[in-house]
Amino acid sequence: MKFGVVIFPGSNCDYDTYFVLKDVFDQETTFLWHKEHSLHDVDCVVLPGGFSYGDYLRSGAIAKFSPLMQEVKEFADKGGLVLGICNGFQVLLELELLPGAMTRNKNLKFLCQHVHLRTENTHTPFTNRARKGDVIKIPIAHFDGNYFVEPETLHTIKQNDQIIFRYSEPNGHLSERANVNGSMHNIAGLINTGGNVLGMMPHPERASEAILGSKDGRIIFESIIHWLR
Amino acid sequence: MKVRVLVSFKDSVLDPQGQAVKNALHTLGYGGVIDIRQGKVFEIELEDISVEEANRIIPEISDKVLANPIIEKFEYQIIE
Repeated sequence: MKFGVVIFPGSNCDYDTYFVLKDVFDQETTFLWHKEHSLHDVDCVVLPGGFSYGDYLRSGAIAKFSPLMQEVKEFADKGGLVLGICNGFQVLLELELLPGAMTRNKNLKFLCQHVHLRTENTHTPFTNRARKGDVIKIPIAHFDGNYFVEPETLHTIKQNDQIIFRYSEPNGHLSERANVNGSMHNIAGLINTGGNVLGMMPHPERASEAILGSKDGRIIFESIIHWLR
Repeated sequence: MKVRVLVSFKDSVLDPQGQAVKNALHTLGYGGVIDIRQGKVFEIELEDISVEEANRIIPEISDKVLANPIIEKFEYQIIE
């Protein structure tokens, strides 16, 4: 099993993600430069956090035109596993691999803090080691995480069980207070209809070792590894 | 040819930045300001093409790149 971590100019969680996969989980992992035309036979592509192309135009808007992203789109269309974290999620939205768009956080602040997420659907390659309703503590670090989608699409993604994580209180209760960035329906993580592409604003790679204050992010990587095994 | 493209949020999308600017203006005493929507302006210089051709290319560029049609709308005018 092989993981590929994409690097765009401006990615800044690429090494953290690589470290977690390679050193914490002992998985074969390779970097994929955005100008490449091959995914080098990886089984799972991770789009890391950061500010690809300086977030010019819109977050993730320029990255979607990278040669490598055309490969990623094809890989995803064939059922390959793709995980987009933070800026990676924004790129997946711009690529239309996931529905909706991000706007500026409701309080217009860059938010860098731990949040609690309620796990909504565990029948996925990314959450199969979790239990429905599990609350995990993972940090966010973003300016544009205010998820927006048209009401009809929201209805569809709810019906399809595509919402994977929602911002909640530590006890799992959903509230406006917990919904720090103002996302529609407290959405923090979303999957495509094929079930093979997950985008999430919180950073599981920053919550994979006890020394960093939480190991709750491990469940996502453990699930992927279990799924691919 | 020069074209100016204006990209702004759709009416159904909240614009917290526009709201913040409006609140600042109210604080300064401009109470008559009812609403502000913030957007982006692109000035595009094109090699000489016909107006028809511009009317074909500009919406395409705007839809593909300049605006995200899920949250934004655009309008344009040929200025030169």
